[in-house]
Amino acid sequence: MREKITREEVEKVARLARLECSAAEIDLLADQFEAIMARVEQLNELNTDTVEPTSHAVLLENVFRADEVQDSIGVEQALRNAPLQAQDCFAVPKVIE
Amino acid sequence: MELTDLTIHEMVRQLRGGELSAVALTEACLKRIGATDTHINAFITVCREEALAAARQADDRLAQARQIQQDAPMLTGIPVALKDLFVTAEIRTTCASKMLADFIPPYEGAVVRKLKEQGAVIVGKLNMDEFAMGSSSESSAYGAVRNPWDLGRVSGGSSGGSAACVAARQVPASLGTDTGGSIRQPASHCGVVGLKPTYGRVSRSGVVPLASSLDQVGPLTRNVRDCAIMLQAIAGYDPADSTSVNTPVPDYLAGLEEGVAGKKIGMPQEYFNSELDPEVKRAVEKVVETYRNLGAEVVEMSLPHSKYAVSCCYLLSAAEASSNMARYDGVRFGTRVDPGKGLVEMYTATRSQGFGAEVKRRIMFGTLALSSDYYDAYYVKAQKVRTLIREDFTAAFSEVDYILTPATPASAFALGDKNADPLLMYQSDVFTVAANLAGICGLSLPCGSSSAGLPIGVQLLGRPFDEAGLLRIAYAYEQTETWHKAKPEL
Repeated sequence: MREKITREEVEKVARLARLECSAAEIDLLADQFEAIMARVEQLNELNTDTVEPTSHAVLLENVFRADEVQDSIGVEQALRNAPLQAQDCFAVPKVIE
Repeated sequence: MELTDLTIHEMVRQLRGGELSAVALTEACLKRIGATDTHINAFITVCREEALAAARQADDRLAQARQIQQDAPMLTGIPVALKDLFVTAEIRTTCASKMLADFIPPYEGAVVRKLKEQGAVIVGKLNMDEFAMGSSSESSAYGAVRNPWDLGRVSGGSSGGSAACVAARQVPASLGTDTGGSIRQPASHCGVVGLKPTYGRVSRSGVVPLASSLDQVGPLTRNVRDCAIMLQAIAGYDPADSTSVNTPVPDYLAGLEEGVAGKKIGMPQEYFNSELDPEVKRAVEKVVETYRNLGAEVVEMSLPHSKYAVSCCYLLSAAEASSNMARYDGVRFGTRVDPGKGLVEMYTATRSQGFGAEVKRRIMFGTLALSSDYYDAYYVKAQKVRTLIREDFTAAFSEVDYILTPATPASAFALGDKNADPLLMYQSDVFTVAANLAGICGLSLPCGSSSAGLPIGVQLLGRPFDEAGLLRIAYAYEQTETWHKAKPEL
C-alpha cells in the first residue's frame, strides 16, 4: 500500500521542477495529488504483467538523412528573443565563482 | 446573408470567379471580430495589417490565375486563425501564458507555411488554455474564452478560441491541437466540426508541444466539406517532424459524397453509461437512427478498457508535459525573472512567476510520476494500459468500419464550474482521450441542441489514416440535418 502524499514530497518535486510554492499552495497540491493518485490507481485493477508498454501509437523508426549543411536561422535571429545576451551568446547569471 | 456567413466552399467559388475580393472578405472578418470579440475573447492577437497585406496579395494571385484560366490554390484569400501555440514568424506566439507574453518566433511552423503557400490569410492568434493544459480555456493568462451560444458558459478547451471563433463566424476556419480531446470537445461545445487526424498525419514542427506522443494538429470548421478542404491543405509528411508518417495524402474531397451504404458502425456500450446526460444520449441515438436510414449497419460493441482512458492519458500527458516544459528556463526566450542570487534561483523565479496554477500542477504531478518512487508503478503502468486501449481499437476495427459515440458527457458547463476540482475537469474529456492514446482519427460534429439551446456533438472514430472515410460518413449525416447551419445570436 502506498503512503499518503506528504507535504515533503510535494516540496521535493517543486524543487526538482524548479518551481516555488507558498505553504498554502503546497497544502492544496498535496491534497490534490493524493486525490489524483487515488484516481489513477484504478489502473492497478488491470493485470499488465505480460503487456508491453506503448510509448507512441505509431511504430517509430529511426529517421536518417544525408549529413548535409542546410540553412539555419543565424545567430542574430536565434538571439532576438534572448532575455539577456552578450558577445553573440545567451547570457546567464554567474555559475562559477 | 453576410460575407462572414459563407462557407469556405462558397468563398472559394466566389473568390475564383471574381465576384468577391479577398480584401473585402478579410475586412468583413476583421469587422466581425471587432464587433463580437469583446464578448467572446477568442483572439489573443489580431493581425490586422498583416492580414490585409496577405489579402491584397491573394487578390493579385486570383487575378493572375483568372487571366491564364487556371485555379489559384484552394485557400487563396480564405481568412483563417490559429491557436496561439502555432509558431508564426514575426507574429507574437504566447501559448496563452505570461511566460511567452513577448515571444516573437524567428521561424514559421510547418502547417502555417503550408496554409500560406495555399494562399490563406492569417487573421490572428487564438485564445486557449495556458500551454493547452485544460478543458475549458479558462486557464489562459489572457482571460477565459466564452461560449458564443451562452456567454456564461465555457467554450471547452484547450482549443476554445479555435472553436468559438468559427461558431461566432469571425473566421470560416481555424486550426487547433488535440492531446486528449482539445479539438473535438470544444468543437462539440460550440457547435462546429472538429477533426483530430491520425497521429503522424499532420506535421507538429513549429507547434509548441504539450504531450509529444499524443498531440496532433487539426482543423475546426462550420461543416464537413470545409473540414476536408482544410485537412487537404495541412496533411502530409514533414522531414522536420520525425513522428510524421510518410504515407500518401488522398484527395479528401473526391469521395466525400459516396455515402455510408454497407458500412458498419459500432456503438461502444461503455460510452452510453449512466454518466451520460439524457439529452446528449437522445441526440446521439437520433444520429444512429439516421445512419440506419442511410443504409449503414449499426451494431453494439465493446471497448473494454474505456474507463481507464482518462487516468492513463492524464499520467502520460502530465509526465510528457513536465519534460517538455523544462525548456522554459528564462535563458533563450520568454520571460526571465532574475532575483540576482544565481542560476537556479533565476530558473525558479522565472518559472514560478511565468506559469499559471494548472501548468504548475501538471509539471509537478508529471515530475512526481516520473520520479524513481513512482516511475514503474505509475508511468510505465500507464504505458502498458495504453497498449490495452490500443488493442481494444485494433480488435474493434476488425469488426466495424467506424465507431460512434457522444463527443462529451454533457453540453458546455458554466464558467467557473469545474475550476476548483481538477479531477472533475479532466473527466470532461472522458469520451475523447482514448483516440489520442490509440493514435486513431476522430471527428466531432453538431447533432443537436439542449433544452438550454446549447450545441450537442457526436464523435466518429476511424481507423488510422482513414480520414477520408471519416469525413465521408460525417458528410452523409450532415446532409440530413441543419444543426451545423445554426448561428448563435451575438
